[in-house]
Amino acid sequence: MLTAIAIVIIGVLLFLANMFMDNYQLRILNLSGIYIILSLSMILINGFLGLFSLGHAGFMAIGAYTVALLTTPPMAKQMNYYLDPIVPWLAETEWSFLPAILLGGVLAAIAGFLIGAPVLRLRDDYLAIATLGFAEIIRIVFTNLQSVTNGSLGLKGLPEIEIEIPLPLIGFTLNLSACIWIAAIITILFMVRLVNGSYGKAFKAIREDEIAAEAMGINVFKHKLLAFVIASFFAGVGGAFLGNIMGTVDPLMFRFLLTYNIVLIVVFGGIGSLTGGVLAAIVITAAMELLRFLDSSFDMGPIAVSGIPGLRMVVFSLLLMFIIIFKPRGIMGVREFSWQWLIELPQSIKNSSFGRKKLRKDVSK
Amino acid sequence: MLEIKDLQVHYGGIHALRGISLNVEDGKIISLIGANGAGKSTTLKAIMGLVPKTAGSVLYDGKDISQDKTRDIVKNGLILTPEGRRVFPDLTVDENIALGAYTRNDRAGVAKDRKWVFELFPRLEERKWQAAGTLSGGEQQMLAVARSLMGKPKLLMMDEPSLGLAPLIVKSIFSIIREINQAGVNVLLIEQNAKAALEISDYGYVMETGVITISGTGKDLLVNDQVRKAYLGE
Repeated sequence: MLTAIAIVIIGVLLFLANMFMDNYQLRILNLSGIYIILSLSMILINGFLGLFSLGHAGFMAIGAYTVALLTTPPMAKQMNYYLDPIVPWLAETEWSFLPAILLGGVLAAIAGFLIGAPVLRLRDDYLAIATLGFAEIIRIVFTNLQSVTNGSLGLKGLPEIEIEIPLPLIGFTLNLSACIWIAAIITILFMVRLVNGSYGKAFKAIREDEIAAEAMGINVFKHKLLAFVIASFFAGVGGAFLGNIMGTVDPLMFRFLLTYNIVLIVVFGGIGSLTGGVLAAIVITAAMELLRFLDSSFDMGPIAVSGIPGLRMVVFSLLLMFIIIFKPRGIMGVREFSWQWLIELPQSIKNSSFGRKKLRKDVSK
Repeated sequence: MLEIKDLQVHYGGIHALRGISLNVEDGKIISLIGANGAGKSTTLKAIMGLVPKTAGSVLYDGKDISQDKTRDIVKNGLILTPEGRRVFPDLTVDENIALGAYTRNDRAGVAKDRKWVFELFPRLEERKWQAAGTLSGGEQQMLAVARSLMGKPKLLMMDEPSLGLAPLIVKSIFSIIREINQAGVNVLLIEQNAKAALEISDYGYVMETGVITISGTGKDLLVNDQVRKAYLGE
């Protein structure tokens, strides 16, 4: 009930944001939504299953290319492919966005299944390296499938996502922001249900102690694969939106750096906390834009710093180091937001040491 | 109810179990004692399908389960409380207990058993919301036992329940094992604390480097010269 109210409030806020914010601010808002999807999908594997997977960029590429190839109008496609003509079965396709996005997720999930089945038998660093390698393989394949993906030239001039809701009388069209945030909210609700349900319990048990989990009768491999496939699906959907918001997809977008961004968010937010993932996605995305001034030239007192492109990434690397040293479990750790926590908040502040001190002062007066 | 015949396990080149045969009869507490490295834990793991067997058969209620998957074995009521407690440290006590009933679908039965284990271990009920990793060693052992009981075991196999616990807590753990047995659960106990184990056991087996050397009723073994010298320190 409270959740429903909160979603309505968020919806109204987004509607207002859509009306009053300029394009740049809206873009940051949209990116936050996309990073929420991506970070939650990574938290599922890296946080709740305790598997260190670094393959996100690959699955995102699959989602992004699927949507780009299926939804771009034939004319625009023709203009992109000037080295090799596009394969005939893709030349005339023009799907609507909703099925294309879903198919992008499903294809990413299938790739996740095919990669996960052999790779999930590995552990720790081996798994990280193997998934990283597979992500890179996906990227290289896309670079070389000239007549399908247009290779390293990429696809340009993608139409912006919008989904028509064909209801009688009140039929309306959801624009890009609305689609992104609806997807983000669906992702959050889905993950919360999954993590709190019996699957989630099994995931956590596997994270904590695989042998004990096996001794409880949990099918460890099946659960690992399931989580990997689900995470791949959401990575594909997130990738589809990310490619679309950029207006162009090319293989260089999906390098390891993209996965690193998500790892940064996940570590910052707290591995094992959905709340942390959502908060960190918003904070880090906003901060990445706010710190953009570091890349251009600025004056630091008497010292003039000439623009160093990439300086803001240095800030994030430092931030990551500080978090790992001083707050190794991230800002939220494994804690989660709950309505009960919010309701009891005033009471617990009163009971905290700060509140009690104040109370004692009152008494001594 | 459980009959093991000529069970053999190899770890690489090491012949860890060289043909173990033992019997667990209905309603009894059976213990398996022996020194470090004798192969006691390996025996349990092999029964559960956690390590591959090279030869031998495991008959459970007359059915061969030696090729079954661990999860099917658990579903059938053979449950292992692993060595070193292995509770899930970041999960709460309650979540740990819920995970013990993972393979079960009967909600009413699970709720009943949950009540029962909290009666057995009132300490755990007090600490329901605490992360299991913050419990003391003895409490974690109780949690491990409680978690196993939630799987509705017909045969509970316990691997070193007294490991690293204070004598007083060891005593209470053993009295609880007896209580569990009286509630109708068969117990196969592995112990280095031979005296305490044999005192509550109906039957005992002594293991040495992969073979069973002596067996007999708990009382007989307690007075057996060889056992006294080697394991009871007399």
